[in-house]
This record gives sequence, C-alpha cells and structure tokens, in this order.
Amino acid sequence: MTEVEVDRLSKSFGAVRAVDHLSFTVRAGRVTGFLGPNGAGKTTTLRVLLGLVAPTSGTATIGGRRYSELTRPGRVVGAALEAASFHPGRTGLDHLRVYAPQVGVPDSRTHEVLALVGLSEVGGRRVGGYSLGMRQRLALATTLLGDPPVLLLDEPANGLDPEGIRWLRAFLRALAAEGRTVLVSSHVLSEVEQTVDDVVIISRGRLVHSSSLAELAGLTRPRVQVVSPDAAGLAALVARAGWTLAGPQRGGEAEVVDVPAAAVGAAAFAAGLELHQLATRDVGLEDVFLGLTGDAAGGPAGIAAGPVAAAASDPRGAPTEVGPEAAR
Amino acid sequence: MRATLVAEYRKLVTTRLWWILLAAMAAYVGFLAGVIAWTASRPEGLGGSGSAPLSVDETVRSVYTVGSSVGYVFPLVIGALAVASEFRHRTVTPTLLAEPRRTVFLLGKLAAGLGAGLVFGVVGTAVATGVGAAVLSATGSPTLLDQSATWRYVGLAVVAMALWALLGVGVGTVLTNQVAVVVVVLAWTQFVEPIARIALGATSWGGHLVAYLPGAASDALTGGSLYTAVASGPVLDWWAGLLVLLGYVAVLAIAGRLATLRRDIT
Ligand SMILES: Nc1ncnc2c1ncn2[C@@H]1O[C@H](COP(=O)(O)OP(=O)(O)OP(=O)(O)O)[C@@H](O)[C@H]1O
Ligand SMILES: [Mg+2]
Repeated sequence: MTEVEVDRLSKSFGAVRAVDHLSFTVRAGRVTGFLGPNGAGKTTTLRVLLGLVAPTSGTATIGGRRYSELTRPGRVVGAALEAASFHPGRTGLDHLRVYAPQVGVPDSRTHEVLALVGLSEVGGRRVGGYSLGMRQRLALATTLLGDPPVLLLDEPANGLDPEGIRWLRAFLRALAAEGRTVLVSSHVLSEVEQTVDDVVIISRGRLVHSSSLAELAGLTRPRVQVVSPDAAGLAALVARAGWTLAGPQRGGEAEVVDVPAAAVGAAAFAAGLELHQLATRDVGLEDVFLGLTGDAAGGPAGIAAGPVAAAASDPRGAPTEVGPEAAR
Repeated sequence: MRATLVAEYRKLVTTRLWWILLAAMAAYVGFLAGVIAWTASRPEGLGGSGSAPLSVDETVRSVYTVGSSVGYVFPLVIGALAVASEFRHRTVTPTLLAEPRRTVFLLGKLAAGLGAGLVFGVVGTAVATGVGAAVLSATGSPTLLDQSATWRYVGLAVVAMALWALLGVGVGTVLTNQVAVVVVVLAWTQFVEPIARIALGATSWGGHLVAYLPGAASDALTGGSLYTAVASGPVLDWWAGLLVLLGYVAVLAIAGRLATLRRDIT
C-alpha cells in the first residue's frame, strides 16, 4: 500500500512562509480531503511532493520515496495541479499521446482514459475550445494514464457543474475502493464533504486538524438560540444553570452551547422566564472548518471556544489530532 | 531517453507552429534566392555600384546558402519556442511530472531542436538551391551544380540551420518567457547583429570581434554568404565557425540548466 507522508515540511518563498512545519499522512484505500483557505499552502505542498518545488526543510514522500527517486513516476503517482496545463492548439487526444511514452503506457491507453472521464467524443478537438469542466476531466484523464496507485488532485471540482461534481465524487470513491491513495484539495469543505473519508486541514501553511471526517463531524456542537424580553432574567438563568454561551449575550438574546433545546425550555419554564424564541441552530461542518482555519486575528469565529478552537487559535499551538494519527 | 524523444517529437508535430514556420521559411527563402539569382544575372551583377562585382562562385554560394544566412531565424524561433511554450502554457508541469530528471528534459529538447533544425535546414537549403539554380539556368548563368565544392557548402548550410535550432533551445531555456524570446530573437537577428557587423566590421579591431558573433560564425561555416561577400572584415575558417556555434549552444544550454531548470516550478 502506498502512503503519502509529509514530514515537518517547510517552504518559504522569500519572506512568505507558504508551508510551515507541516506533517500529515495520507492513507491508502481512502479519499483524503486536503483543505484550507486560499493561500493556505495546499498547492505548494503538492508541488513539493511532486518534486517541482524544492522544500526549505523537511520531506515529502510517496511510498517512502521522494518523487525524483521513483523509477517510473507516472506509474506510481497521477497528479493534476490547479491551472490545468494544456497547449490550446493541441487536441485532447494528442495531449495524452504526448505523455503516454514517458508514463510508459501504449497509445491505446489514451483512448481508455478519455472514455473513463467521458471525453471520447471531443478527444479530437483542440483543447483551446474546451470548457473548464472538460479541461478538468482531461487533467484527470492525464493522471489516470499510468493507472497509478496514488492520485494527487488539486481542486479537481473547480469548474464542474453539479452533475460533474456528482460524477467526480463517485469516481474518486471508486478509485479509493480499489485500494488507491487519493488526495483531493479544496478550499471549501462542503465541496468534498460527501467524498472524503479523512480530512487534513491547514491554514497559513500549518496543520490545524487531521482526522477522519466522522471525527471532524464529532466536533460539531448543538446550539440553542434563546430570546427573552427579560434580559436580566435570562442572564441570571444562564449563570445559575452554568451554560456556556457561543458569544456574549446581546440584550435578551443568547446562544447556548451543548444543551438540548428541551432542557433549556424546561429550565426557563421552571424559572418562570418568559421566552419568545427557542430554536436549535445547526452548526454544520463548514462552521467547524471555518472555526479551525479562521485564526485569532479576526478570522470568522465559527464555533464555540473549546479545546479544538483553542488549539487552532494558539499561534504556536499543537494541531488537533484525532484518531489513528494521534494514536501512533 | 527514447520515451522522451518520442514525447518531444509528438509535442512538435501536434501543434500547427512547425508547419506554419516551415511554409513561411520556404516562401521567404525561395523568394530571396530567386531575387538574388536574378539580380546576379543582370549585367551590373551583384556587389552594388561602388564595389567590384562578385565572382561566379561567390554569387552562386550566396544564392544557395540564403537559407542559413537569412532564413536561420526560423529554426532559431522553433527551437526557442519548443522550450518557451512549455512555460507559456504551463505544460512544463506535466512534462516534469512525466520525466522529473531535468537534464533529461533539456537533452530531449536539444534532440528535438536538432531534428527540427535538420528538417528546416534540408527544406530551406533545398528551396534556396532549387529556386536559385532554376533562375540561374533560366538567365543563362552557371549553376555550378556539377561541382562537388557546391554540394559541400550546401550540406554545411543544412548543418548551420540545424545548429540554429539548437541555439534556439538554449535561448528558450535561458529566457523561458515566450514574448521575451520572440522579441530578443528578432531584435538580435534583425538589428543588433547586422548593425554590429557593419559598424564594428569597418574598424580594424572590431572586425575580429564580430567574426565571433553567431551570425558571422554561421556564415563562416558555409564558407561565406552574400553578407560576408559584400561586407569587409575577416571570416573564420569553416571549422572555427562550427566550433563557435557549438560553443554558443553549450554556454546557453548549461546556463539554462543551472538557472532556469534549478528553479522551483510554480
Ligand atoms: N512562486 C511563488 N512565489 C512567491 N510566493 C508564492 C509562490 N507560490 C505560492 N506563494 C505563496 O505561498 C502561499 C501559499 O500558496 P499556495 O498556492 O500553496 O496556496 P493554496 O492553498 O494552494 O491556495 P488556493 O486555495 O488559493 O489555491 C501564498 O501566500 C502564496 O502567495
Ligand atoms: Mg492552490
């Protein structure tokens, strides 16, 4: 099984620290989402993994070896980086035929991969006339040429329509089910939420979270919005019950964390507090993601302060590690 | 390496650039060869009103080598764009993913440049010789096609054009920016070097210097051209011209390997 391992990786472009002491592992047979806001360092990390960018320090390996040490890299790793790279005057089929010899596959394979991504009909057309979604598919076809056990895809869902995203989702799931290692980057969690098994979240070049998606989902916490005409009474009740608020109470309005709406209602009733609103607010994964990547210096404060958010907002703090990674 | 050669060959032939440049070169070179041959057949001959008319041998040589003495800019451009277009369209990323050894990448480009240069050389020289000989014989001038010395410099003209494509690969690797490459190549071949050869060539010290410029070295390789025939100043031996051109290729290729190909590809 071919794992991808990034170990204490740092990369500076002049004064810009694009990747900062980043470590994570991508496991085989699973789709891993590589997430972070714009400029977080996702593409840079992938480019280091692929030997295109030299790291300032640390290592990035595929199956324990650097990309440049792989004998037939195209048979081991299929990679598509953002800003898909094609000569506009070359046809899609010719694009694949250019790379087939070095990947080490016969020309017949070019037709197979075109069919796999659903581009057979347009293979003879110049790429300059392709739509963004068609280019993404052609980039994916290029990565599949060598039938590699490892796939590294930078924002593959960019430019795909909902139908295309659904197709990509099933496609990536099938690839992982075959035992391949699949890493997909994105800057929005919701885009890959239904695709990935694991998540690696980075922000400003540093790891902020790495776990399975289920464990990330475990970080979501229910919130109950309470509105009362009696602000003082509400404040007293919150204090007496020992509830945690998501933020400071605004007038007669408060957001209670980690307490079911029924319990809040019962307590208010018992205290004789008049309520005008009692509503469960859904804190989705996206909010958790924003809470993790938004930093202390004015980023969006998505989730209630807890151990996770505290670690993420501590500038030198350790990233949260849950699950098998932490156990090692 | 074989896979790299196949890949580079396919890169060249799967876009339209190569045959557009080849057709343009053929038309340009054929036109020039015809005009020079026809002018040479006029009573006043070549060489202008002031200077002595060219010898028959010099005239014929000027006609047949017009591909390498004037049309060389075409193989130069195709060599340079073979590298620069990879950076322009960012195909350098998949290219280096398929073959991460950057020296192999450069050697592949040089090999492709050599191949393309030979094709341009054969076509350019064949057109110049064919059109030139046709006009010469139509105007009753000797074609000298029955002499082995003629075929020798015709062959060297092909070699010169192939070397220009190699030199182009070196230029493209050093500059990488497609616009910069085209501007520099045109400015150098159409202005800088011709002016330098005339201006400096007129001075005693400058003449020795300009003989080592690439265009002058290329003309030296074919034993002279219309240019060296009308301009004053020393001309290198054919083998020295060959070595000078190869020297330019080596310096540019090594500089490109050490500068461009060591950098991060982002
Ligand atoms: N060649 C470069 N020169 C200078 N800075 C660079 C270079 N490449 C990337 N950077 C910087 O490194 C940081 C990380 O960039 P990177 O492209 O890796 O982010 P990303 O996570 O891929 O973002 P996005 O979601 O926008 O694609 C950014 O601050 C960027 O400006
Ligand atoms: Mg990116």
